Amino acid sequence: MRMTALIKRICQQMLRDKRTLALMFVAPLLILTLMYFLFNGNTVDPKLGVLKIDSGLVDAFKKADIKVKQYEAVTKDTVVDDDLDGLLQQDNGKLKLTLRNDDPSKAKVLQMKVNQVVAAEFQFKMMMKSSGPAPTITSKSIDVNYVYGNADTVFFDVLSPILVGFFVFFFVFIISGIGLLRERTTGTLERLLSTPIRRVEIVTAYLVGYGIFAVIQTMIVVFYAINVLDIVLVGSIWNVLLINLLLALVALSLGILLSTFAASEFQMIQFIPIAVIPQVFFAGIFPLEGMANWLQAVAKIIPMYYAGDALKGVMYKGESFSEISGNLIALVIFAAIFIVLNILALKKYRKL
Amino acid sequence: MVPTIKVEDVNKSYGKKPVLNGVNLTIPKGQLFGLIGPSGAGKTTLVKMIVGMEKADTGTIQVLNQKMPNLGLLQEIGYMAQSDALYVELTGEENLKFFASLFGLNKDVQKTRIAYVASLVNLTEDLKKRVAAYSGGMKRRLSLAIALIQDPKILILDEPTVGIDPELKLSIWKEFLRLKNEEGKTIIVTTHVMDEAVKCDYVAMVRDGRILTSGSPTELKALYETDDFDEVFLKAGVKQS
Repeated sequence: MRMTALIKRICQQMLRDKRTLALMFVAPLLILTLMYFLFNGNTVDPKLGVLKIDSGLVDAFKKADIKVKQYEAVTKDTVVDDDLDGLLQQDNGKLKLTLRNDDPSKAKVLQMKVNQVVAAEFQFKMMMKSSGPAPTITSKSIDVNYVYGNADTVFFDVLSPILVGFFVFFFVFIISGIGLLRERTTGTLERLLSTPIRRVEIVTAYLVGYGIFAVIQTMIVVFYAINVLDIVLVGSIWNVLLINLLLALVALSLGILLSTFAASEFQMIQFIPIAVIPQVFFAGIFPLEGMANWLQAVAKIIPMYYAGDALKGVMYKGESFSEISGNLIALVIFAAIFIVLNILALKKYRKL
Repeated sequence: MVPTIKVEDVNKSYGKKPVLNGVNLTIPKGQLFGLIGPSGAGKTTLVKMIVGMEKADTGTIQVLNQKMPNLGLLQEIGYMAQSDALYVELTGEENLKFFASLFGLNKDVQKTRIAYVASLVNLTEDLKKRVAAYSGGMKRRLSLAIALIQDPKILILDEPTVGIDPELKLSIWKEFLRLKNEEGKTIIVTTHVMDEAVKCDYVAMVRDGRILTSGSPTELKALYETDDFDEVFLKAGVKQS
């Protein structure tokens, strides 16, 4: 009897909390749908630049679904400037393949395709040797160079800068959000607002107070990742710290803002699948080019998209401050918007 | 003389639900004013408006001759909410210091005020303890001490004696009377306990967002021809409906 009464009460409580209910039922669908689109994105044909390659081979590449662009002359920046995935050159009868390798999985696919096509073509030429003109290619082995990373580059090397940023984002978000939430639920926020303090002062104080911990956390995470885990760092560590600090500021202001819409810690946790998990999807772990157009548009309003791009840029490609400045500005704008919204949201507690 | 608090024709509703309906109050300086009524009558909403945390839909509220909400006037109002609203991780002293700083008291004033309010609520011995280790009554007393920290002219106390043992209740009320008589403070107290209402100079009975009746306890008893204050409330309610 007591058990049934308890069960009944639990059901009643759940039914009263419509949002928890909605989260239980709708959020998994949302995430599943999102992942469906992410993993079913069309694969983009790799782009290969060619220099002094005979037309038979070029035709064979085209048949193998490789976009081929012919060059008369190249510089060492051609691959990056023209957004090519690779560049194939012939030099004294030897083939030289330069892979951009900003996405190791993509680079490996291209390298494999090129190898297959060249091997097939080579065999064909050998058979025709007696009748046809002298083959221009004397060896089927290809020299491979990399713009970024090397042959040992694994997916994790590209992933790790993003993970560093994500963990900073995640924990700052949760801790600051629950911090302000406790102030609300214990009534101390109301008491705070019965003193002559300005709303702006409260928000700023929160940003600074939790910001101190966010800074410490960021430093620990970054130094640990680079010095202990030996994550690739080509660019400056100061730029890495700067990106992460801006990201922490965004997470901080977003966490505080969303805590306004949570009545309990329980409801705060519910924001994770909505506000935090999409950050992972658009952080650059999955290639954006393959996504549907509307998904690419969604990425533009996700802070981690900019942070991930900048972190990957600095840590893996060695980009300089000026090259990541656009991403940094985007992060600053996010933080500014959230901070203003925070100040307005406090009006709920005091009209002035 | 200008009244300390003047509430004129205030209406307020949350969504479609009206909470306050045409409320008028005038509270002169140095009065101990009681707002009596059952839970959900609108008492808390009314005091929150006087503090300036809520805004009236229509009507005006003036405190010390200035229109509320007014950030500067909060310096003159000591507000104690229904919940204790303390930082339990901090010590009693740290809590007092925190709020003293919010009111902009300087270091020396802080020290003397903290010592004064702590002795007032009998917490001097326990100031160094964390609030988490306080008993319910100690928390309530600390909360009251915080409301007094900036030496405000007006004290607004929302159900200050809920969940407090009779002995402590008595000493807190004694303190209210002393603050009123010796320091000339204006005090608003909300309560749903009739024996507390009798101690007020003037009471207003609130139900369903309206003031049913108001007057000094003796006046009201005479008006409704009874000696029992509970009955005054019941009769006033009947008359209204």
